[in-house]
Amino acid sequence: MNSQTACFHCGEPVPPDVSLQVMVDETPQPVCCSGCEAVAGMILGSGLDDFYRFRPEPTGRPEDPTLGEQDRYAGFDKPGTQQDFVYQSADGSCEAALLVEGLYCTACGWLIERSLQDAPGIREVRVNPATGRALLRWEPSTVRLSQLMAHMGRLGYRPHPVLPETMDSQATKERRSAMRRLIVAGLGMMQAMMFAVALYFGQYHGMDPEHAQFLRLVSMLVATPVVLYAGMPIFLGAFRDLRNLRPGMDVPVSLAIGTGYFASVWVTFTGGPEVYFDSISMFTFFLLVARYVEMAARHRANATNDALARLVPSTTTRLDADGAESEVPVRELVLGDRVLVRPGATIPADGEVLRGQGSVDESMLTGESDPQSRGPGSTVVGGSVNLSGSLEVRVDRLGQDTMVSHIGRLLRRAQAERPGLARLADTVARYFVTVVLFATATVFTIWWHVDPAMAFPVTLAMLVATCPCALSLATPTALAAGTNRMAASGLLVTRGDALETLARVNHVVLDKTGTLTEGRLGVVETRRLGDCSDEQALALAGALEYHSEHPLARAFPRDSSVVPAEQAETVRGAGVEGHVAGVRYRIGRPDWVAELAGIGVSEELGRGAWVALGNGDGLLAAYRVADRLRPDAAEAVAALQADGITIEIASGDAQSAVETVANRLNITRWQARMSPEDKLARLRQLQADGAVVLMVGDGINDAPVLAGANVSAALNEGTTLAQTSAAMVLLGGRLSRLGEGMGTARRTLRVIRQNLIMSASYNASMLPLAAMGLVPPWLAAIGMTLSSVVVVLNARRLGGRTRGGPPVPATGSPQQGVLQS
Amino acid sequence: MSLIFISIPIGLVLVGIAVWAFFWAVRSGQYDDLDSPAYSVLSDEDDDKRKRDKDSR
Repeated sequence: MNSQTACFHCGEPVPPDVSLQVMVDETPQPVCCSGCEAVAGMILGSGLDDFYRFRPEPTGRPEDPTLGEQDRYAGFDKPGTQQDFVYQSADGSCEAALLVEGLYCTACGWLIERSLQDAPGIREVRVNPATGRALLRWEPSTVRLSQLMAHMGRLGYRPHPVLPETMDSQATKERRSAMRRLIVAGLGMMQAMMFAVALYFGQYHGMDPEHAQFLRLVSMLVATPVVLYAGMPIFLGAFRDLRNLRPGMDVPVSLAIGTGYFASVWVTFTGGPEVYFDSISMFTFFLLVARYVEMAARHRANATNDALARLVPSTTTRLDADGAESEVPVRELVLGDRVLVRPGATIPADGEVLRGQGSVDESMLTGESDPQSRGPGSTVVGGSVNLSGSLEVRVDRLGQDTMVSHIGRLLRRAQAERPGLARLADTVARYFVTVVLFATATVFTIWWHVDPAMAFPVTLAMLVATCPCALSLATPTALAAGTNRMAASGLLVTRGDALETLARVNHVVLDKTGTLTEGRLGVVETRRLGDCSDEQALALAGALEYHSEHPLARAFPRDSSVVPAEQAETVRGAGVEGHVAGVRYRIGRPDWVAELAGIGVSEELGRGAWVALGNGDGLLAAYRVADRLRPDAAEAVAALQADGITIEIASGDAQSAVETVANRLNITRWQARMSPEDKLARLRQLQADGAVVLMVGDGINDAPVLAGANVSAALNEGTTLAQTSAAMVLLGGRLSRLGEGMGTARRTLRVIRQNLIMSASYNASMLPLAAMGLVPPWLAAIGMTLSSVVVVLNARRLGGRTRGGPPVPATGSPQQGVLQS
Repeated sequence: MSLIFISIPIGLVLVGIAVWAFFWAVRSGQYDDLDSPAYSVLSDEDDDKRKRDKDSR
């Protein structure tokens, strides 16, 4: 990987023909494009170089700076739009929540906070990387929201206002309420245990009955909120289970807590041998901890589902009957409305182009990186971005009927049908619980006849000892630790069962374009034809291509600042013609460029897409433009093959292109020209043959296959839809993370197995002892706690001391941090 | 009159205050993000550096 220089900012390889640099601690560092140069310059210039030390992962490549960041967000300054998501406080400041694209790690959050804090007119910035949200409070008189949003955009993060209906206040509420219950249970448990210790000692050393009674009353006082407030969700869960006749873990658990509590209250007032307030408080607390861990994992998964909601813009320009323009929220549009979509704006709904000609970026929906040309009569899809030319569009489908919502619905259904580890656990728990309840009732009856005084403590001890607390902690804690571990190394797990399946994968199916390759055109070969240095030629090419929106033009470092091109003109189907320093140049199709000098193309250029540069004297240079392989593709494929995993390419691309890539990567199984249906069929066939398939892809066309595979990973540069349908997101486009991820998944599964065996054998050995009356409830509770602690500590082993762990401040140069990842 | 009749109620009052303080912290969003504050400690000294940089410019 070190053979090629990596961009200091985004970590992508620097094309050999680019020589841009930024200064870091007086050392020049290479960057790959003017976008990265601008962002890195901005970060370093404001003294935020720590960002490069703390971030675990190179940042995504920023937007092309030529697209006019500010204009993109101008629509959000309109009062009509703002009333939806901006909250005006009494002191005149405004507040808004933004969903930030590309915000995955703590370092990103830190960067945004620090960088915005110094902006004029900013009152407060709070960024939460866990939810991907930023909260801004600003003075509307000093600064406009669009300026702040553009600032974030320039850092490489794209903000989207969060509308009330997409705001996850539900999740926040749930998290806060769980936290409050956890606090009450935790503090209550500590107090109750303290009093319990006093009572136990009192029994041995003799205690004033008056004092003992006082301690019992106080214990009751602290245990009551623990049971009635903190434990409420458990009781409600048990009630729901019973009503549905599907007894889950909640039933015996709430039976233990409920009976333990009321029996202790009874004993407190009427006198008796023992109170169990400490045991039940501790029990409740540990159950709540397990639930909290589970809830956190669930929320993380849901956050990715919000992604689709981001695609549709919240305002648009409507054309009234008399041709007047007005800015309206998208939800006020009706069928048949005419809307004007300016360059850079997002198309608000599905419709037909009435007037205008332009190119539209549909990559979010199709994964097709080339802009599509759209003119009168052609249809456009809501959520795609208009790159050039104004389009007048008639709205044909809105809201729930649009392509975006349709695909979203399909996905949600596919996800809901996904069989998971969770369902199995539920079934097992149901049988387990039924058996436990039955056994406990039998034991209670037997003891009632043998020794009625012992019946109650024995039953309680049994319920506590058989509490599947460690059992229920075993899986979620290990999964959480494994997930964190993988996130730190660049593989985000968005669905709970992904880890479990990933560990069993024996077959990997890869998409080609955008997965094995970068999915973006770049110059792969330069041929010098005239008496002009490579740098000069490239500067000329960049200056000319600056004026073109053609996909081929994007392969060049489009920059007009070095040598500006004048009177530049784009010729459809041919290239760009323009004047640089008084000389007329052409760049584009070789024969068209050669025409300028009145000659034919003298040299055989060979296979591939060639772009030539020339002037009146002849050709200066020719560039072969192609989609490049990812730098670590070969390494990643070799590592997976060494692991005994079968690798296969399934691509929609042409035969020859796929063959070239397959040969270079030593992949023997490949298929070209596959439609999404073909891919899905191939997948089903593999699965029928018993393979556990990991699918890796990036485009919308991959989405069904990603959803259908046993487990799937999407690239974070890929389409939003692919990411939502995949169970994992691969950050930074590093394929080599897949192999590492599988290793982590296998270790996680091993830990889960150890945990389950440990906790199950604990429960099994305690059960007969408790049934025979050899275990008092307090000992059962301590045993349960210890087994839980062992399980949690075992899971913690997954998190630490491996390379590339959670972000640690690197002592070396920041450059090192980028390269080693 | 034994000491525990005074000390335990005082303890309970303190616990009550602790619960109230925690609830207030949860309500004001201090527990919403449990990951990033850990790193803010590491960058404190840089605040001074940044200020110095700014002043010297």
